[in-house]
Amino acid sequence: MRGKHVRAWLAASAVAMASSGAIAADTIKIGSFLSVTGPASFLGDPELKTLQMYIDQINAEGGVLGKQLALVHYDVGVDADNARTSTKRLLEDDQVDVIVGGSTTGTTMAAVPLVERAGVPFISLAGAVVIIEPVKKWVFKTPHTDRMAAQKIFEDMKARDITKVALISGTGGFGKSGRAQSTAVAGDYGIEIVADETYGPKDTDMTPQLTKIKNTDGVQAVLNFGFGQGPAIVTKNYKQLGMTAPLYQSHGVASKKYIELAGDAANGVRLPGSALLVADKLADDDPQKPVVIGYQTMYEKATGTDVSTFGGHAYDGLMIAVEAMKTAGSTDKEAVRAAIENTQGFVGTGGVVNMSAEDHLGLDLTAFRMLEIQDGDWVLVD
Amino acid sequence: MAEFLQYLFSGITVGATYALVGLGFAMIYNASHVINFAQGEFLMIGGMMTVSMLGAGVPMPLAIVAAIVLATVVGLALEKFAVEPARNAEVVTVIIITIGASIFLRGLAQVVWGKEYHALPPFSGDTPISIGGATILPQSLWVLGVTVVVVAALAWFFNRTLMGKAILATSHNRDAAQLVGINTGLVLLISFGLSAALGAIAGIMIAPITLTSYDVGIMLGLKGFVAAVLGGLGSGVGAIVGGLILGITEAMAAGYISSEYKDAVPFVLILLILFFLPNGLFGVRGTERV
Repeated sequence: MRGKHVRAWLAASAVAMASSGAIAADTIKIGSFLSVTGPASFLGDPELKTLQMYIDQINAEGGVLGKQLALVHYDVGVDADNARTSTKRLLEDDQVDVIVGGSTTGTTMAAVPLVERAGVPFISLAGAVVIIEPVKKWVFKTPHTDRMAAQKIFEDMKARDITKVALISGTGGFGKSGRAQSTAVAGDYGIEIVADETYGPKDTDMTPQLTKIKNTDGVQAVLNFGFGQGPAIVTKNYKQLGMTAPLYQSHGVASKKYIELAGDAANGVRLPGSALLVADKLADDDPQKPVVIGYQTMYEKATGTDVSTFGGHAYDGLMIAVEAMKTAGSTDKEAVRAAIENTQGFVGTGGVVNMSAEDHLGLDLTAFRMLEIQDGDWVLVD
Repeated sequence: MAEFLQYLFSGITVGATYALVGLGFAMIYNASHVINFAQGEFLMIGGMMTVSMLGAGVPMPLAIVAAIVLATVVGLALEKFAVEPARNAEVVTVIIITIGASIFLRGLAQVVWGKEYHALPPFSGDTPISIGGATILPQSLWVLGVTVVVVAALAWFFNRTLMGKAILATSHNRDAAQLVGINTGLVLLISFGLSAALGAIAGIMIAPITLTSYDVGIMLGLKGFVAAVLGGLGSGVGAIVGGLILGITEAMAAGYISSEYKDAVPFVLILLILFFLPNGLFGVRGTERV
């Protein structure tokens, strides 16, 4: 059994090497490892589809620097060990020129030490701030962070003269991190967190926590940081208790599904979301409009499913890498790295990217749009 | 006072759900001394089937009936094809079979219905009813009302019908029941069917409040099991009281102590109760006669 596997593997890799040897001279290899299966498949699935779709398109239009692009992809689930092994293969066996991948923070961080040692540019598609803070020479990322979401929300609250806020967050990874970031940056906007409640990821009733918030003196707004079905239940309970202070949600629920689950109760809720969510509602002079409309049209036509912000992150990552190779005029790794770091005014689905040696994300708060839900649809607030 | 009432309403609603799940555990335990860990999956099938039938344009009452029928069929099939072939095995083996069945059903639901959460529209609107400064949703009244009806129906079934009495007799002494001519195999089959139907009813009633998805049965099944143990395994009244105690302590702990300890407080309470009453609140003291 075992011998058979090894032989099959040897044969397969011999074929792979032979074929890669033959075309290596005129292809640029884009390496990727994504969570296409498992609990984070909602991230990896649209990301992989996006990469395949756009690499095909670029190749059809003549490739980059006169060479064709080749995607080398491994599915790693949410397993950090698997991510490490796959990254090793990408670096040593496949000898890729650049890596665009890492759907989750866990798998990304597993790959970071390897790419740093090997010196290959790596653009991550995962959320957490730790990926780019402190700055790592070869590591970049495209999605906005939960700290930025908190800042965007507090900015909007400040504009409405809200200073006392109650926080209710899920105890899952997303809610926990969001709670920590919200508490950390609230002070910068002169906002005081006067109540701090939590709920479990599988809880089915949050009226006790909300009743406590309702009875806390001086609460002017409530912020719910969470993911999945929890925020929808919070929103329903909020309406049940007849609470009238403005309710804010995080970007974790910025999808039509949330509106569908929360129903009428979602009316009036505000949350930060990416431009992709409201592509058709953007002003005509918005620099992101052509990009997000283009991506949305292409994705929905090719896959027949609704566009997701996660696939957009992969689009941004791929395009930044491609632009950098064009600027560098070669696939020399240090030249490409420097070109990515000098990305200026790149318009992606996530926002306008201006990177620097100190900032390997390059997005500012304008990347988020403040949205309000009215009659079951998004409305742009600013 | 208003906040106490609010916590109480929240606790009773959640507790009634746990009670309905706990009743399902009690019924199968009575007939076979098996703890059916696939009980939570019957809730899931009830909720998800109703959602998908509604999505297909079937009117609500028909969708509910279809979902209950489907869950009952799954329950019967589970007994026929998984539990019955192992009828001479140890109880523990059968319990492990039900765990396997629950994983299988969850996997199947993922493939058929997908991994997303779904909401069921409330049966009679979602305008909260205000009582003494606290509010309760009409759907919560549905949950409570249906719980009462189900409990009354079960009481009638077990005390007034031949089949119900046969099930009770089997639960007391299987061999003796067989000797007086009760078909204990049929009793077990009917118990699985009944508890599946009960689970589906619970799953449908709570779906507008808790939302539903392929894995909604894990947590609710676990809490229902705790309710059944707390009240004394096999006791119907026990499952109801156990569920309510669990739900109300959870809500009170979240409201008065801290939401961080919401899940810890009821479990400490359970440990205490089981320490002093190892058979649960209404459990029959086990006497081993040699």
